[in-house]
Amino acid sequence: MTITQNDEQNIAPESEGAEPQAGLPVLGRVKRNRGVRDLARQFLPPLLLGAVLVSAWYYISYGLLTDERRFLLRPPHEILQVGFFDWDHFSEILLALWSSTRVALIGLAISIAIGFLLATVMSQTKIIERAIFPYMVMLQAVPILAIVPLIGFWWGYGTTSRIAVCVIISLFPIIVNTLFGLQSSDRGLHDLFTLHHASRRTRLRKLMFPAARPAIFAGLRISAGLSVIGAIVGDYFFGQGAVGIGQLLKRYSSRLEGEELLAAVIMSSALGVVVFLFFGWLQNIAIGKWHESSGAES
Amino acid sequence: MTSIDSTSRPVGSMTPVLSFNHTQMTFPDGTEAVRDVSLDISPGEFVTIVGPSGCGKSTLLKIASGLLDATGGEVAVDRDRLGYVFQDATLLPWRTVLGNVELLAELHDIPKAERRQLALEAIETVGLSGFVNHYPKSLSGGMKMRASLARTLTLKPPVFLFDEPFGAVDEITREHLNDETQRLFQSEGFAGLFITHSIAEAVFMSTRVLVMSARPGRIVAEFDVPFEYPRKPELRFDPKFAALSGEISRELRGSHQ
Repeated sequence: MTITQNDEQNIAPESEGAEPQAGLPVLGRVKRNRGVRDLARQFLPPLLLGAVLVSAWYYISYGLLTDERRFLLRPPHEILQVGFFDWDHFSEILLALWSSTRVALIGLAISIAIGFLLATVMSQTKIIERAIFPYMVMLQAVPILAIVPLIGFWWGYGTTSRIAVCVIISLFPIIVNTLFGLQSSDRGLHDLFTLHHASRRTRLRKLMFPAARPAIFAGLRISAGLSVIGAIVGDYFFGQGAVGIGQLLKRYSSRLEGEELLAAVIMSSALGVVVFLFFGWLQNIAIGKWHESSGAES
Repeated sequence: MTSIDSTSRPVGSMTPVLSFNHTQMTFPDGTEAVRDVSLDISPGEFVTIVGPSGCGKSTLLKIASGLLDATGGEVAVDRDRLGYVFQDATLLPWRTVLGNVELLAELHDIPKAERRQLALEAIETVGLSGFVNHYPKSLSGGMKMRASLARTLTLKPPVFLFDEPFGAVDEITREHLNDETQRLFQSEGFAGLFITHSIAEAVFMSTRVLVMSARPGRIVAEFDVPFEYPRKPELRFDPKFAALSGEISRELRGSHQ
Protein backbone atom coordinates (compact mmCIF):
# COMPACT_ATOMS: atom_id res chain seq x y z
CA MET A 1 0.00 0.00 0.00
CA THR A 2 2.61 2.50 1.05
CA ILE A 3 4.76 1.44 -1.84
CA THR A 4 1.97 2.10 -4.30
CA GLN A 5 1.50 5.56 -2.90
CA ASN A 6 5.16 6.30 -3.23
CA ASP A 7 4.95 5.19 -6.79
CA GLU A 8 2.13 7.50 -7.57
CA GLN A 9 4.06 10.35 -6.10
CA ASN A 10 7.00 9.46 -8.25
CA ILE A 11 4.87 9.51 -11.33
CA ALA A 12 2.99 12.64 -10.39
CA PRO A 13 5.53 15.29 -11.53
CA GLU A 14 5.36 14.12 -15.15
CA SER A 15 1.61 14.31 -15.36
CA GLU A 16 1.58 17.73 -13.79
CA GLY A 17 4.07 19.06 -16.27
CA ALA A 18 1.26 20.15 -18.54
CA GLU A 19 -0.16 22.56 -16.00
CA PRO A 20 0.24 26.26 -16.64
CA GLN A 21 3.03 27.82 -14.62
CA ALA A 22 1.92 30.02 -11.74
CA GLY A 23 4.52 32.68 -11.22
CA LEU A 24 8.03 31.28 -11.46
CA PRO A 25 10.62 29.24 -9.56
CA VAL A 26 10.27 29.08 -5.72
CA LEU A 27 9.14 25.50 -5.92
CA GLY A 28 7.60 25.08 -2.47
CA ARG A 29 5.36 28.06 -2.96
CA VAL A 30 4.13 26.93 -6.33
CA LYS A 31 3.24 23.59 -4.84
CA ARG A 32 1.18 25.04 -1.99
CA ASN A 33 -0.67 27.39 -4.33
CA ARG A 34 -1.39 24.47 -6.53
CA GLY A 35 -3.10 22.64 -3.62
CA VAL A 36 -5.38 25.59 -2.93
CA ARG A 37 -6.04 26.10 -6.61
CA ASP A 38 -6.91 22.43 -7.11
CA LEU A 39 -9.44 22.65 -4.28
CA ALA A 40 -10.91 25.82 -5.73
CA ARG A 41 -11.04 24.29 -9.17
CA GLN A 42 -12.93 21.30 -7.82
CA PHE A 43 -15.42 22.97 -5.53
CA LEU A 44 -15.91 26.48 -6.88
CA PRO A 45 -17.88 25.58 -10.04
CA PRO A 46 -20.57 23.52 -8.27
CA LEU A 47 -20.79 26.08 -5.44
CA LEU A 48 -21.23 28.93 -7.93
CA LEU A 49 -23.89 27.04 -9.86
CA GLY A 50 -25.62 26.21 -6.56
CA ALA A 51 -25.69 29.91 -5.64
CA VAL A 52 -27.20 30.76 -9.03
CA LEU A 53 -29.88 28.08 -8.61
CA VAL A 54 -30.80 29.23 -5.09
CA SER A 55 -31.05 32.83 -6.30
CA ALA A 56 -33.32 31.71 -9.12
CA TRP A 57 -35.40 29.81 -6.58
CA TYR A 58 -35.79 32.93 -4.42
CA TYR A 59 -36.64 34.95 -7.51
CA ILE A 60 -39.42 32.53 -8.42
CA SER A 61 -40.76 32.38 -4.84
CA TYR A 62 -40.82 36.11 -4.24
CA GLY A 63 -40.59 37.70 -7.68
CA LEU A 64 -42.90 35.56 -9.78
CA LEU A 65 -45.37 34.09 -7.28
CA THR A 66 -47.91 36.25 -5.50
CA ASP A 67 -48.49 35.73 -1.76
CA GLU A 68 -51.47 33.42 -2.20
CA ARG A 69 -49.70 31.28 -4.75
CA ARG A 70 -46.40 31.07 -2.91
CA PHE A 71 -47.26 27.57 -1.61
CA LEU A 72 -46.33 26.31 -5.09
CA LEU A 73 -42.67 26.96 -4.36
CA ARG A 74 -41.72 27.99 -0.85
CA PRO A 75 -38.45 29.87 -0.51
CA PRO A 76 -35.43 27.81 0.60
CA HIS A 77 -35.15 29.18 4.14
CA GLU A 78 -38.77 28.23 4.91
CA ILE A 79 -38.10 24.70 3.75
CA LEU A 80 -35.12 24.57 6.09
CA GLN A 81 -37.18 25.95 8.96
CA VAL A 82 -40.25 23.78 8.54
CA GLY A 83 -38.79 20.64 7.01
CA PHE A 84 -35.40 20.34 8.68
CA PHE A 85 -35.25 22.45 11.86
CA ASP A 86 -38.68 21.46 13.15
CA TRP A 87 -37.77 18.20 14.86
CA ASP A 88 -41.31 16.77 14.71
CA HIS A 89 -41.33 17.03 10.94
CA PHE A 90 -37.72 16.08 10.45
CA SER A 91 -37.87 13.01 12.69
CA GLU A 92 -40.95 11.87 10.76
CA ILE A 93 -38.98 12.17 7.53
CA LEU A 94 -35.96 10.40 9.00
CA LEU A 95 -38.06 7.49 10.29
CA ALA A 96 -39.72 7.05 6.92
CA LEU A 97 -36.37 7.31 5.21
CA TRP A 98 -34.96 4.59 7.44
CA SER A 99 -37.90 2.32 6.67
CA SER A 100 -37.40 2.80 2.92
CA THR A 101 -33.65 2.35 3.23
CA ARG A 102 -34.18 -1.03 4.87
CA VAL A 103 -36.54 -2.10 2.11
CA ALA A 104 -34.06 -0.92 -0.52
CA LEU A 105 -31.15 -2.75 1.11
CA ILE A 106 -33.06 -6.01 1.50
CA GLY A 107 -34.22 -5.75 -2.13
CA LEU A 108 -30.70 -5.03 -3.28
CA ALA A 109 -29.29 -7.96 -1.32
CA ILE A 110 -31.82 -10.31 -2.92
CA SER A 111 -31.02 -8.89 -6.36
CA ILE A 112 -27.32 -9.43 -5.76
CA ALA A 113 -27.87 -13.04 -4.70
CA ILE A 114 -30.14 -13.86 -7.65
CA GLY A 115 -28.04 -11.79 -10.06
CA PHE A 116 -24.73 -13.43 -9.14
CA LEU A 117 -26.24 -16.87 -9.31
CA LEU A 118 -27.85 -16.34 -12.73
CA ALA A 119 -24.79 -14.58 -14.15
CA THR A 120 -22.52 -17.37 -12.94
CA VAL A 121 -24.71 -20.06 -14.45
CA MET A 122 -25.03 -18.08 -17.69
CA SER A 123 -21.25 -17.65 -17.88
CA GLN A 124 -20.73 -21.40 -17.74
CA THR A 125 -23.10 -22.52 -20.43
CA LYS A 126 -23.87 -20.67 -23.62
CA ILE A 127 -27.22 -22.45 -23.98
CA ILE A 128 -28.44 -21.26 -20.60
CA GLU A 129 -27.29 -17.75 -21.39
CA ARG A 130 -29.25 -17.82 -24.64
CA ALA A 131 -32.29 -19.23 -22.85
CA ILE A 132 -32.37 -16.69 -20.03
CA PHE A 133 -31.24 -13.50 -21.68
CA PRO A 134 -34.37 -12.57 -23.67
CA TYR A 135 -36.49 -12.87 -20.54
CA MET A 136 -34.11 -10.67 -18.61
CA VAL A 137 -34.48 -8.01 -21.27
CA MET A 138 -38.27 -8.38 -21.13
CA LEU A 139 -38.28 -8.05 -17.36
CA GLN A 140 -36.16 -4.95 -17.72
CA ALA A 141 -38.53 -3.49 -20.31
CA VAL A 142 -41.70 -3.96 -18.23
CA PRO A 143 -42.84 -0.56 -16.96
CA ILE A 144 -42.76 -1.00 -13.21
CA LEU A 145 -45.94 1.00 -12.71
CA ALA A 146 -47.83 -1.46 -14.89
CA ILE A 147 -47.04 -4.46 -12.73
CA VAL A 148 -47.32 -2.77 -9.36
CA PRO A 149 -51.04 -3.71 -9.05
CA LEU A 150 -50.18 -7.31 -9.89
CA ILE A 151 -47.47 -7.38 -7.26
CA GLY A 152 -50.06 -6.10 -4.79
CA PHE A 153 -52.44 -8.94 -5.70
CA TRP A 154 -49.74 -11.51 -5.25
CA TRP A 155 -47.88 -10.40 -2.16
CA GLY A 156 -50.25 -8.01 -0.45
CA TYR A 157 -49.68 -4.35 0.28
CA GLY A 158 -46.94 -4.62 2.85
CA THR A 159 -43.17 -4.92 3.00
CA THR A 160 -42.90 -8.02 0.80
CA SER A 161 -44.36 -6.23 -2.17
CA ARG A 162 -42.18 -3.19 -1.63
CA ILE A 163 -39.13 -5.46 -1.67
CA ALA A 164 -40.39 -7.22 -4.78
CA VAL A 165 -40.51 -3.89 -6.62
CA CYS A 166 -36.90 -3.21 -5.59
CA VAL A 167 -35.77 -6.61 -6.84
CA ILE A 168 -37.52 -6.33 -10.19
CA ILE A 169 -36.13 -2.88 -10.81
CA SER A 170 -32.56 -3.56 -9.71
CA LEU A 171 -31.90 -7.08 -10.94
CA PHE A 172 -31.08 -6.46 -14.59
CA PRO A 173 -27.99 -4.23 -14.22
CA ILE A 174 -26.46 -6.71 -11.78
CA ILE A 175 -26.93 -9.67 -14.10
CA VAL A 176 -25.76 -7.87 -17.23
CA ASN A 177 -22.71 -6.30 -15.64
CA THR A 178 -21.67 -9.41 -13.73
CA LEU A 179 -22.05 -11.57 -16.82
CA PHE A 180 -20.10 -9.09 -18.91
CA GLY A 181 -17.40 -9.02 -16.24
CA LEU A 182 -17.18 -12.79 -16.02
CA GLN A 183 -16.78 -13.02 -19.77
CA SER A 184 -14.19 -10.27 -19.96
CA SER A 185 -11.19 -12.07 -18.51
CA ASP A 186 -8.13 -12.17 -20.72
CA ARG A 187 -7.77 -15.03 -23.19
CA GLY A 188 -4.13 -15.58 -22.25
CA LEU A 189 -5.05 -15.93 -18.58
CA HIS A 190 -7.63 -18.53 -19.50
CA ASP A 191 -4.93 -20.40 -21.43
CA LEU A 192 -2.69 -20.23 -18.37
CA PHE A 193 -5.40 -21.75 -16.19
CA THR A 194 -6.11 -24.39 -18.84
CA LEU A 195 -2.43 -25.34 -19.02
CA HIS A 196 -2.37 -25.99 -15.32
CA HIS A 197 -5.57 -28.04 -15.32
CA ALA A 198 -7.59 -25.60 -13.21
CA SER A 199 -11.06 -26.86 -12.32
CA ARG A 200 -14.20 -24.94 -13.27
CA ARG A 201 -14.52 -23.76 -9.69
CA THR A 202 -10.92 -22.64 -9.38
CA ARG A 203 -11.20 -20.77 -12.65
CA LEU A 204 -14.33 -18.97 -11.43
CA ARG A 205 -12.88 -18.19 -8.03
CA LYS A 206 -9.35 -17.20 -8.96
CA LEU A 207 -9.80 -15.78 -12.44
CA MET A 208 -13.30 -14.90 -13.58
CA PHE A 209 -14.79 -13.35 -10.45
CA PRO A 210 -11.76 -11.25 -9.54
CA ALA A 211 -11.53 -10.04 -13.13
CA ALA A 212 -15.23 -9.22 -13.10
CA ARG A 213 -15.00 -6.99 -10.06
CA PRO A 214 -14.83 -3.64 -11.88
CA ALA A 215 -17.89 -4.50 -13.94
CA ILE A 216 -19.69 -5.92 -10.92
CA PHE A 217 -19.20 -2.69 -9.03
CA ALA A 218 -20.40 -0.64 -11.98
CA GLY A 219 -23.57 -2.74 -11.91
CA LEU A 220 -23.91 -2.44 -8.14
CA ARG A 221 -23.77 1.32 -8.26
CA ILE A 222 -26.53 1.46 -10.82
CA SER A 223 -28.64 -1.14 -9.05
CA ALA A 224 -28.25 0.44 -5.64
CA GLY A 225 -29.66 3.70 -6.97
CA LEU A 226 -32.48 1.87 -8.71
CA SER A 227 -33.25 -0.08 -5.57
CA VAL A 228 -33.75 3.17 -3.62
CA ILE A 229 -36.13 4.38 -6.33
CA GLY A 230 -37.88 1.01 -6.21
CA ALA A 231 -38.35 1.29 -2.45
CA ILE A 232 -39.90 4.73 -2.77
CA VAL A 233 -42.16 3.76 -5.69
CA GLY A 234 -43.21 0.57 -3.90
CA ASP A 235 -43.92 2.48 -0.74
CA TYR A 236 -45.98 5.01 -2.65
CA PHE A 237 -48.38 2.29 -3.77
CA PHE A 238 -48.37 -0.13 -0.85
CA GLY A 239 -49.73 1.52 2.27
CA GLN A 240 -49.60 -1.26 4.83
CA GLY A 241 -46.88 -1.61 7.43
CA ALA A 242 -44.23 0.92 8.37
CA VAL A 243 -44.58 4.29 6.66
CA GLY A 244 -41.83 4.87 4.18
CA ILE A 245 -40.78 7.93 2.27
CA GLY A 246 -43.24 7.20 -0.56
CA GLN A 247 -46.24 7.27 1.81
CA LEU A 248 -44.92 10.46 3.31
CA LEU A 249 -44.55 12.15 -0.08
CA LYS A 250 -48.12 11.13 -0.88
CA ARG A 251 -49.43 12.50 2.40
CA TYR A 252 -47.58 15.81 2.15
CA SER A 253 -48.67 16.41 -1.41
CA SER A 254 -52.32 15.66 -0.65
CA ARG A 255 -52.20 18.20 2.20
CA LEU A 256 -50.34 20.77 0.11
CA GLU A 257 -47.54 20.82 2.70
CA GLY A 258 -44.95 22.20 0.31
CA GLU A 259 -42.12 22.68 2.79
CA GLU A 260 -42.29 19.14 4.14
CA LEU A 261 -42.74 17.75 0.65
CA LEU A 262 -39.60 19.41 -0.65
CA ALA A 263 -37.67 18.47 2.47
CA ALA A 264 -38.67 14.83 1.95
CA VAL A 265 -37.67 14.99 -1.73
CA ILE A 266 -34.29 16.47 -0.81
CA MET A 267 -33.74 13.75 1.80
CA SER A 268 -34.67 10.98 -0.65
CA SER A 269 -32.20 12.28 -3.15
CA ALA A 270 -29.62 12.58 -0.37
CA LEU A 271 -30.21 8.89 0.36
CA GLY A 272 -29.55 8.08 -3.29
CA VAL A 273 -26.34 10.11 -3.18
CA VAL A 274 -25.19 8.39 0.02
CA VAL A 275 -25.83 4.96 -1.47
CA PHE A 276 -23.95 5.93 -4.65
CA LEU A 277 -20.99 7.28 -2.68
CA PHE A 278 -20.97 4.23 -0.42
CA PHE A 279 -20.63 1.85 -3.34
CA GLY A 280 -18.01 4.08 -4.91
CA TRP A 281 -16.05 3.85 -1.68
CA LEU A 282 -16.53 0.10 -1.53
CA GLN A 283 -15.35 -0.19 -5.12
CA ASN A 284 -12.25 1.81 -4.36
CA ILE A 285 -11.42 -0.51 -1.48
CA ALA A 286 -12.05 -3.63 -3.52
CA ILE A 287 -10.25 -2.75 -6.74
CA GLY A 288 -8.59 0.62 -6.16
CA LYS A 289 -5.14 -0.80 -5.60
CA TRP A 290 -4.87 -2.62 -8.88
CA HIS A 291 -7.40 -1.41 -11.40
CA GLU A 292 -5.96 0.70 -14.22
CA SER A 293 -8.62 3.38 -14.11
CA SER A 294 -8.44 3.89 -10.38
CA GLY A 295 -6.77 6.91 -8.95
CA ALA A 296 -7.80 9.05 -6.03
CA GLU A 297 -11.38 9.42 -7.16
CA SER A 298 -14.31 9.22 -4.75
CA MET B 1 24.28 -15.84 -9.01
CA THR B 2 21.20 -17.52 -7.61
CA SER B 3 20.06 -19.20 -4.45
CA ILE B 4 18.11 -21.94 -6.17
CA ASP B 5 20.14 -25.10 -6.43
CA SER B 6 20.11 -26.27 -10.00
CA THR B 7 19.17 -29.89 -10.13
CA SER B 8 21.97 -31.16 -12.23
CA ARG B 9 20.49 -33.16 -15.05
CA PRO B 10 22.66 -35.20 -17.33
CA VAL B 11 23.31 -32.75 -20.15
CA GLY B 12 23.04 -34.20 -23.61
CA SER B 13 21.53 -37.49 -22.53
CA MET B 14 19.72 -39.40 -25.21
CA THR B 15 16.03 -39.36 -24.20
CA PRO B 16 14.46 -36.15 -25.51
CA VAL B 17 12.27 -34.17 -23.07
CA LEU B 18 10.13 -32.92 -25.91
CA SER B 19 9.68 -34.48 -29.27
CA PHE B 20 7.50 -33.76 -32.27
CA ASN B 21 7.06 -36.66 -34.63
CA HIS B 22 5.68 -35.76 -38.08
CA THR B 23 3.36 -33.20 -36.51
CA GLN B 24 0.67 -31.80 -38.77
CA MET B 25 -1.81 -29.05 -38.07
CA THR B 26 -4.66 -28.07 -40.33
CA PHE B 27 -7.25 -25.73 -38.85
CA PRO B 28 -10.95 -26.39 -39.34
CA ASP B 29 -11.10 -23.56 -41.90
CA GLY B 30 -8.63 -25.50 -44.06
CA THR B 31 -5.53 -23.44 -43.27
CA GLU B 32 -2.51 -25.70 -43.12
CA ALA B 33 -0.41 -24.19 -40.33
CA VAL B 34 2.20 -26.86 -39.70
CA ARG B 35 3.38 -29.50 -42.14
CA ASP B 36 5.33 -32.55 -41.07
CA VAL B 37 7.48 -31.14 -38.29
CA SER B 38 9.81 -33.56 -36.53
CA LEU B 39 11.98 -32.23 -33.78
CA ASP B 40 13.64 -33.60 -30.63
CA ILE B 41 14.80 -31.48 -27.75
CA SER B 42 17.17 -33.13 -25.29
CA PRO B 43 17.94 -32.03 -21.76
CA GLY B 44 20.46 -29.22 -21.80
CA GLU B 45 19.32 -27.93 -25.18
CA PHE B 46 17.93 -24.51 -25.91
CA VAL B 47 16.31 -24.58 -29.33
CA THR B 48 14.94 -21.51 -31.04
CA ILE B 49 12.59 -21.45 -33.99
CA VAL B 50 12.72 -18.32 -36.14
CA GLY B 51 10.33 -17.69 -38.96
CA PRO B 52 8.10 -15.10 -40.61
CA SER B 53 4.93 -14.14 -38.77
CA GLY B 54 2.03 -16.45 -39.28
CA CYS B 55 4.26 -19.40 -40.13
CA GLY B 56 2.83 -21.59 -37.39
CA LYS B 57 5.63 -21.23 -34.84
CA SER B 58 3.27 -20.47 -31.99
CA THR B 59 0.94 -23.21 -33.14
CA LEU B 60 3.74 -25.68 -32.45
CA LEU B 61 3.95 -24.54 -28.83
CA LYS B 62 0.19 -24.72 -28.41
CA ILE B 63 0.32 -28.28 -29.70
CA ALA B 64 3.18 -29.18 -27.38
CA SER B 65 1.33 -27.82 -24.37
CA GLY B 66 -2.00 -29.36 -25.25
CA LEU B 67 -3.82 -26.05 -25.82
CA LEU B 68 -4.36 -27.29 -29.38
CA ASP B 69 -4.72 -30.82 -30.66
CA ALA B 70 -2.59 -31.63 -33.68
CA THR B 71 -4.35 -33.10 -36.67
CA GLY B 72 -1.52 -35.51 -37.35
CA GLY B 73 1.65 -37.00 -35.91
CA GLU B 74 2.67 -37.36 -32.28
CA VAL B 75 4.03 -35.16 -29.54
CA ALA B 76 5.79 -36.58 -26.52
CA VAL B 77 6.28 -34.37 -23.47
CA ASP B 78 5.47 -34.41 -19.76
CA ARG B 79 2.62 -31.92 -19.60
CA ASP B 80 2.32 -31.92 -15.84
CA ARG B 81 5.47 -29.94 -15.41
CA LEU B 82 5.64 -27.82 -18.49
CA GLY B 83 6.80 -24.23 -18.32
CA TYR B 84 4.97 -21.91 -20.69
CA VAL B 85 5.93 -18.26 -21.07
CA PHE B 86 3.31 -16.34 -23.03
CA GLN B 87 3.63 -13.46 -25.47
CA ASP B 88 2.19 -11.20 -22.78
CA ALA B 89 3.19 -11.42 -19.16
CA THR B 90 -0.39 -12.61 -18.39
CA LEU B 91 -0.24 -11.46 -14.80
CA LEU B 92 -3.41 -11.21 -12.70
CA PRO B 93 -3.74 -7.44 -12.25
CA TRP B 94 -5.42 -7.82 -8.84
CA ARG B 95 -2.50 -9.74 -7.38
CA THR B 96 0.84 -8.40 -6.27
CA VAL B 97 4.05 -9.76 -7.77
CA LEU B 98 4.22 -12.27 -4.93
CA GLY B 99 0.60 -13.35 -5.42
CA ASN B 100 1.15 -13.76 -9.13
CA VAL B 101 4.31 -15.79 -8.75
CA GLU B 102 2.53 -18.04 -6.26
CA LEU B 103 -0.36 -18.71 -8.65
CA LEU B 104 0.91 -21.81 -10.42
CA ALA B 105 2.02 -23.50 -7.22
CA GLU B 106 -1.45 -22.70 -5.92
CA LEU B 107 -3.09 -24.33 -8.94
CA HIS B 108 -0.93 -27.38 -8.31
CA ASP B 109 -2.05 -27.54 -4.67
CA ILE B 110 1.38 -26.97 -3.19
CA PRO B 111 0.99 -26.09 0.52
CA LYS B 112 1.00 -22.42 1.41
CA ALA B 113 4.29 -22.21 3.29
CA GLU B 114 6.12 -24.10 0.60
CA ARG B 115 4.73 -22.07 -2.27
CA ARG B 116 5.57 -18.82 -0.50
CA GLN B 117 9.13 -20.09 -0.20
CA LEU B 118 9.26 -21.16 -3.85
CA ALA B 119 7.84 -17.83 -4.97
CA LEU B 120 10.27 -15.73 -2.97
CA GLU B 121 13.20 -17.75 -4.32
CA ALA B 122 11.99 -17.38 -7.88
CA ILE B 123 11.43 -13.65 -7.42
CA GLU B 124 14.97 -13.29 -6.14
CA THR B 125 16.28 -15.29 -9.07
CA VAL B 126 14.80 -12.84 -11.56
CA GLY B 127 15.89 -9.85 -9.49
CA LEU B 128 12.48 -8.54 -8.45
CA SER B 129 12.96 -8.83 -4.70
CA GLY B 130 12.32 -5.13 -4.20
CA PHE B 131 8.94 -5.33 -5.89
CA VAL B 132 7.29 -8.24 -4.09
CA ASN B 133 4.28 -6.16 -3.04
CA HIS B 134 3.86 -4.18 -6.24
CA TYR B 135 0.82 -4.55 -8.44
CA PRO B 136 1.43 -5.20 -12.14
CA LYS B 137 0.12 -1.77 -13.13
CA SER B 138 3.11 -0.15 -11.46
CA LEU B 139 5.69 -2.38 -13.20
CA SER B 140 7.46 -1.74 -16.51
CA GLY B 141 7.03 -4.16 -19.40
CA GLY B 142 10.38 -5.80 -18.66
CA MET B 143 9.58 -6.24 -14.98
CA LYS B 144 6.22 -7.79 -15.80
CA MET B 145 8.01 -10.28 -18.02
CA ARG B 146 10.45 -11.09 -15.22
CA ALA B 147 7.53 -11.71 -12.87
CA SER B 148 6.05 -13.98 -15.51
CA LEU B 149 9.35 -15.88 -15.75
CA ALA B 150 9.52 -16.19 -11.98
CA ARG B 151 6.00 -17.59 -11.92
CA THR B 152 7.02 -20.33 -14.34
CA LEU B 153 10.24 -21.04 -12.41
CA THR B 154 8.32 -21.93 -9.22
CA LEU B 155 7.30 -25.26 -10.74
CA LYS B 156 10.92 -26.05 -11.67
CA PRO B 157 9.79 -27.40 -15.04
CA PRO B 158 12.27 -29.50 -17.00
CA VAL B 159 11.00 -27.93 -20.24
CA PHE B 160 10.29 -24.26 -20.92
CA LEU B 161 8.24 -23.15 -23.89
CA PHE B 162 8.67 -19.48 -24.81
CA ASP B 163 6.08 -18.01 -27.14
CA GLU B 164 7.75 -14.81 -28.43
CA PRO B 165 7.86 -13.52 -24.88
CA PHE B 166 10.01 -10.44 -25.43
CA GLY B 167 8.40 -9.12 -28.60
CA ALA B 168 6.63 -6.25 -26.89
CA VAL B 169 9.53 -4.73 -24.93
CA ASP B 170 12.10 -2.24 -26.19
CA GLU B 171 15.43 -3.34 -27.61
CA ILE B 172 17.56 -2.69 -24.54
CA THR B 173 15.12 -4.41 -22.19
CA ARG B 174 14.97 -7.28 -24.62
CA GLU B 175 18.75 -7.71 -24.52
CA HIS B 176 18.65 -7.66 -20.72
CA LEU B 177 15.92 -10.28 -20.70
CA ASN B 178 17.97 -12.38 -23.15
CA ASP B 179 20.96 -12.22 -20.80
CA GLU B 180 18.66 -13.20 -17.98
CA THR B 181 17.04 -16.10 -19.82
CA GLN B 182 20.39 -17.45 -20.89
CA ARG B 183 21.60 -17.22 -17.29
CA LEU B 184 18.48 -19.03 -16.04
CA PHE B 185 18.93 -21.70 -18.69
CA GLN B 186 22.37 -22.30 -17.22
CA SER B 187 21.49 -22.11 -13.55
CA GLU B 188 18.12 -23.88 -13.59
CA GLY B 189 19.09 -26.51 -16.11
CA PHE B 190 15.83 -26.62 -18.05
CA ALA B 191 15.54 -27.41 -21.74
CA GLY B 192 14.03 -24.62 -23.80
CA LEU B 193 12.00 -24.21 -26.96
CA PHE B 194 11.93 -20.55 -27.87
CA ILE B 195 9.89 -18.85 -30.59
CA THR B 196 10.94 -15.49 -31.99
CA HIS B 197 11.22 -13.16 -34.99
CA SER B 198 14.57 -11.88 -33.85
CA ILE B 199 17.66 -13.60 -35.23
CA ALA B 200 19.97 -11.86 -32.74
CA GLU B 201 17.87 -13.11 -29.85
CA ALA B 202 17.87 -16.62 -31.29
CA VAL B 203 21.62 -16.82 -31.84
CA PHE B 204 22.46 -15.23 -28.51
CA MET B 205 20.58 -17.69 -26.36
CA SER B 206 20.33 -20.96 -28.23
CA THR B 207 22.28 -24.11 -28.68
CA ARG B 208 20.41 -24.68 -31.92
CA VAL B 209 18.42 -22.43 -34.27
CA LEU B 210 15.76 -23.77 -36.60
CA VAL B 211 14.33 -21.80 -39.52
CA MET B 212 10.67 -22.26 -40.29
CA SER B 213 9.16 -21.44 -43.65
CA ALA B 214 6.04 -19.39 -44.30
CA ARG B 215 2.72 -21.18 -44.27
CA PRO B 216 2.48 -24.10 -44.23
CA GLY B 217 5.20 -24.09 -41.58
CA ARG B 218 8.02 -26.54 -42.18
CA ILE B 219 11.50 -26.62 -40.75
CA VAL B 220 13.77 -25.73 -43.65
CA ALA B 221 17.16 -25.26 -42.02
CA GLU B 222 19.02 -26.00 -38.84
CA PHE B 223 22.06 -24.26 -37.36
CA ASP B 224 24.17 -25.30 -34.40
CA VAL B 225 25.34 -22.37 -32.33
CA PRO B 226 28.90 -23.06 -31.17
CA PHE B 227 29.41 -20.32 -28.56
CA GLU B 228 30.29 -21.24 -24.98
CA TYR B 229 28.01 -20.47 -22.03
CA PRO B 230 27.81 -18.22 -20.13
CA ARG B 231 27.59 -15.85 -23.08
CA LYS B 232 28.67 -12.28 -22.49
CA PRO B 233 26.63 -9.35 -23.85
CA GLU B 234 29.66 -8.42 -26.01
CA LEU B 235 29.19 -11.64 -27.94
CA ARG B 236 26.61 -9.73 -29.95
CA PHE B 237 29.46 -7.74 -31.57
CA ASP B 238 31.63 -10.74 -32.36
CA PRO B 239 32.28 -11.28 -36.10
CA LYS B 240 31.43 -14.97 -35.76
CA PHE B 241 28.10 -14.00 -34.21
CA ALA B 242 27.42 -11.66 -37.12
CA ALA B 243 28.39 -14.29 -39.67
CA LEU B 244 26.06 -16.89 -38.21
CA SER B 245 23.24 -14.35 -37.96
CA GLY B 246 23.81 -13.47 -41.59
CA GLU B 247 23.54 -17.08 -42.68
CA ILE B 248 20.30 -17.55 -40.78
CA SER B 249 18.97 -14.32 -42.21
CA ARG B 250 19.71 -15.47 -45.77
CA GLU B 251 17.96 -18.75 -45.09
CA LEU B 252 14.97 -16.92 -43.68
CA ARG B 253 14.71 -14.66 -46.72
CA GLY B 254 14.98 -17.63 -49.02
CA SER B 255 12.17 -19.42 -47.26
CA HIS B 256 10.04 -16.33 -47.34
CA GLN B 257 9.84 -16.17 -51.12
